[in-house]
Formats: sequence, C-alpha cells, structure tokens
Amino acid sequence: MEVSAKTEDRFCVVSVLHERIDAAAALEFKDAVRHATASAPPVVILDLHRVNFIDSSGLGAIVAAMKHLAPQRALVLAGLTPAVEKVFALTRMDTVFGIFGTLDAALTAHRG
Amino acid sequence: MRRLAARSALSPFEISIHSGPCAAREALALLFDSLTCLKLEAEETCLVRLVMAEMLNNIVEHAYPDPDRPGPIHIACHHEPDGLHLSVSDEGLPMPDLQAPLGLPQEIDGPICDLPEGGFGWFLIRDLAKDLSYQRLAQENKIELRLAVGLLTSD
Repeated sequence: MEVSAKTEDRFCVVSVLHERIDAAAALEFKDAVRHATASAPPVVILDLHRVNFIDSSGLGAIVAAMKHLAPQRALVLAGLTPAVEKVFALTRMDTVFGIFGTLDAALTAHRG
Repeated sequence: MRRLAARSALSPFEISIHSGPCAAREALALLFDSLTCLKLEAEETCLVRLVMAEMLNNIVEHAYPDPDRPGPIHIACHHEPDGLHLSVSDEGLPMPDLQAPLGLPQEIDGPICDLPEGGFGWFLIRDLAKDLSYQRLAQENKIELRLAVGLLTSD
C-alpha cells in the first residue's frame, strides 16, 4: 500500500495511491498511514480521490487511523468517490469524520 | 427493447475459488467478468461489489480462520427479473448459533477512542441484500441472497 505525504505548517496531506482499501490491503494501509503521519501537524487530510472501493475492513482501517492520531491530531477526509462515500453514508461514519468533497476544498479550509 | 434483450442474456454461472487473503479480489474479478453483459450502472456495480466482498471476507475470516487450512468457496449466480440471485457456499466452520448475524448498526456516538473498527460487514450485507437466508447443510454453509440490480421491467 503506497501513500504519499506532503506536510505544510498546519496540516499534512496523505494521499492514497491505490484504488482500493479492502481486506487484503487494510493492514498495509494502517501501517503506511501510521508511518506517514509519525510527526504530523495537528490536522491530517486523507486524500481518497484515487480510491474507488473500500469494504468494511477498509472503513475499519480508516477509523483505526483516526483513533491512532487522536486526541492530539485530527483526521479529515477529502475527495471521496461515490462508492467510498456510500460506505461512509450507510454506516453513518460520515457523521464522525470531517469530509471535504475535494482535496482543494480541504486545503482551502485548512489554510484559511 | 435491445437493452432488455441484452440484459436477459446472462446465463446462470458458477465460480469456485479457494479461501485466502486475496479470495475476495479473485472471486470479484471472475464475477464481474461474467456480469459484463448485464451492463450494470456504476451504483449497481458498487452494490454487488460491496455485498460480495463482505460475504467473501467473512468466509475467509470466520469459516476458514486457519490460513494453513483453506477450503473451497463456491458461488452460483442467475439473473431473474427481480435481480441477481446468488448462492454462496463453503465447507468451513458453521455460523455461531447456526444463524447469520443480525448485523445491527454499530454504536458510533461515543468518543473517538471507543469507535468500532469492525462489525460493519454484516450490517452492510443486511442493508443492501434482499431475501437473505442461511442454511447449514451437513458440512456446508450456504447463504442465498438477492441483489436488486439489473432489474427487468415489463413494458
């Protein structure tokens, strides 16, 4: 599971470069995010625009990443594709995360 | 009418794979190869992918929990006017209490540290699949369900 991380003063953007976070990739995803955010600022923006499928294991892994960063740092999500958005909506996890339609929207909100 | 004719063209088919870390990916690839002729909408594809991924992950995780002792997974699929009818069977451990889990919604209103990291699978299956039934037959688990996609309307 490859991710790329880019850090600015107040936040860091972690982009998932794979198109799915499923059961086979969930553990690697958790490790990759943990590694990429080891010295992250208070906000971590998870850029999911390339991800076109998550299952419940992928959802669990994203929740685990948020719990790992808390309470010092917040995880917000950006660029959810329709299939990913659907899983968050069905499980009501869209009420737990800050979600931005696009990475640009998330950047604008956190640079302001 | 051409679309109706194309949609009805799906012949019943079966898929057999072995459990393992990539079983869901393997089975989904085979499944969607066979479903091509239905020309499902993106949202329908998403529904099929999600339900079947959860079904297969459950089998890999719970029916065959010992990775050194994998076993067969068998999917049978046919298309009717009310959608795709799927039967998924394995020869692994039975469901607890010989019942498919209820898949109740998870408690997510507490503090972040208490958020659940699992247990969403059966909730998603129950939410998205229709007419789900589970049977333990001799040494076999068999779940039948319907996915309301590729519907054929009578007009």
